[in-house]
Amino acid sequence: MRALTYHGKKDVRVDTHPDPEIVNPRDAIIRVTSTAICGSDLHLYDGVIPGVLSGDILGHEFMGEVVETGSGSTLKKGQRVVVPFTIACGTCFFCDKHQYSACDNSNPVDKREISETLYGQPMSGLFGYSHMTGGYPGGQAEYVRVPYSDVGPIVIENDDLEDEQVLFLSDILPTGWMAAENAQIEPGDTVAVWGAGPVGLFAAQSAKLMNAARVIVIDHYPHRLELAAGLGCETINFHDVDVREALNEMTGGIGPDAVIDAVGMEAHGFAVDNMLDIAKQTVGMGADRASALKQALLAVRKGGRVSIPGVYGGMTDKFPLGALMEKGLKIGTGQTHVQKYTKKLLAMIEEGKIDTTFLISHRLPLEQAADGYANFRNKQNDWTKVVLKPGT
Amino acid sequence: MKPRAQAAIAVGALAVGLLALTRSSSNPPSGTGGAPGRTARRDRFGRYRVVGKTVTIAKPSRTELFAFWRDFTNLPRFMENLNAVKPVGNGRFEWEIVAPGEGSVTVVTEIASERQGELIAWRSVEGSTIDTEGRVAFRDAPGDRGTQVELVVAYSPPAGTLGVAIAKLLQREPEMQARRDLRRFKALMETGEIPTSNNQLDREKN
Repeated sequence: MRALTYHGKKDVRVDTHPDPEIVNPRDAIIRVTSTAICGSDLHLYDGVIPGVLSGDILGHEFMGEVVETGSGSTLKKGQRVVVPFTIACGTCFFCDKHQYSACDNSNPVDKREISETLYGQPMSGLFGYSHMTGGYPGGQAEYVRVPYSDVGPIVIENDDLEDEQVLFLSDILPTGWMAAENAQIEPGDTVAVWGAGPVGLFAAQSAKLMNAARVIVIDHYPHRLELAAGLGCETINFHDVDVREALNEMTGGIGPDAVIDAVGMEAHGFAVDNMLDIAKQTVGMGADRASALKQALLAVRKGGRVSIPGVYGGMTDKFPLGALMEKGLKIGTGQTHVQKYTKKLLAMIEEGKIDTTFLISHRLPLEQAADGYANFRNKQNDWTKVVLKPGT
Repeated sequence: MKPRAQAAIAVGALAVGLLALTRSSSNPPSGTGGAPGRTARRDRFGRYRVVGKTVTIAKPSRTELFAFWRDFTNLPRFMENLNAVKPVGNGRFEWEIVAPGEGSVTVVTEIASERQGELIAWRSVEGSTIDTEGRVAFRDAPGDRGTQVELVVAYSPPAGTLGVAIAKLLQREPEMQARRDLRRFKALMETGEIPTSNNQLDREKN
């Protein structure tokens, strides 16, 4: 099969790999019909996530048709499914609590020890996201082997729904939703979202659906801010204004009730410490650039809530711990418990309450995936979301 | 490498072994409080080295977990470097262990002690090439979280520190092996399979 393959920093290519097989009883094989490039794939592309090896197949947002099933799978051949990027067994202590991205079994024993060393506890398995999260071959491919297929994939029975309406159930839509949930939004709240990428936009949309009175989105790409405005959000371009002062003024001196960092470890920004962080990343010292989060912690009101869906991988320097403690902030974060949200969000899509297609800017054959990566990274104003179509 | 070194490397693979019951309890390390003695910074007990690990297994029940383990012929399903275990009479079992570069070695073990549903301890029989003891204990986890399963292995390190270093290099280091075997046991019990990111069947193993 053909699959988008990592060869090194900023070097991905579509190569030929052996077709996947049923390995474990609960497996299914999916023929991918649509797959997307995620903002977090760019962290892999930029080489800032450890444990990505040459030859790895990337991609964790995908859907398709069931073509083969193991004896323990509940799926049937021909079914159309969207697959969560988090691989979860469904039976361990964590899955039982619906904390699927903390699944205690899905990361194979020899791989999980990397994250156990780094974080104190092992992470779950994820598709196409480094050997730290299991080394599972990803979804930017013609075929994917899906473990625990009786738990993860959601069957799309409504043929009227296009792939593009439901594809983002695999990651960014539930991730945006959980980000808003972690912000513990109350009616009347003002919510500030850093990053008008797909997750930030879906978080803003979700915050609206949770009855936030105002949602303010911060970015520096005019087109992305236009998309946010299209959702009924107010916008701040951090190239033009001082974000903290602007938020303070816009909220009458109180500050936003909740802040969402949908940027993560490769934040742009002007702060001196960010420059130092970039320098360190460049020379391989690997500190996470966290300028969006640092700004958010200072901007949020006293007793407010901080939600972090943006991806961080390691350590960061000069973290404003004092603001966190002295202001009495609450923090919610984590990889998304996708399986917890798929049914509910699918229903909202069918009811027309959520539209996910507005942010798709480009559709490409899988064979052009490398161009997709380069442009998604380098032309962020216009390339807001890339959907790849294998077999075209 | 000397045969004895190979054998002892394989012991870790075996992840059997018990100890703790005998030698360590008569001479426990001081100052560990409520923590298991093996977590002390000193991990040598005379000529024995001790490794151990605890996991919590949500399901099935403690009784079923015990029964699965007590049938030693099941162990190769989750112990990576164990080819086969077969009963050889008188309550003894012959373990066939993968020996790096040497095919396999065998060791015969006997049950040292057993409490139904709670504990199984075994040791290599007198005169074995491998000198090891092991035990696995099953306890109800607090808060209805299932069963805490603790595996403790004692073995005589091959050729001292150097032997462990060599074993580590070969990824057969006993602590790593015991830890990974126990986690495979947990996965197999909770999910019915052992997770892998391989896209193809391992045709040698299957």
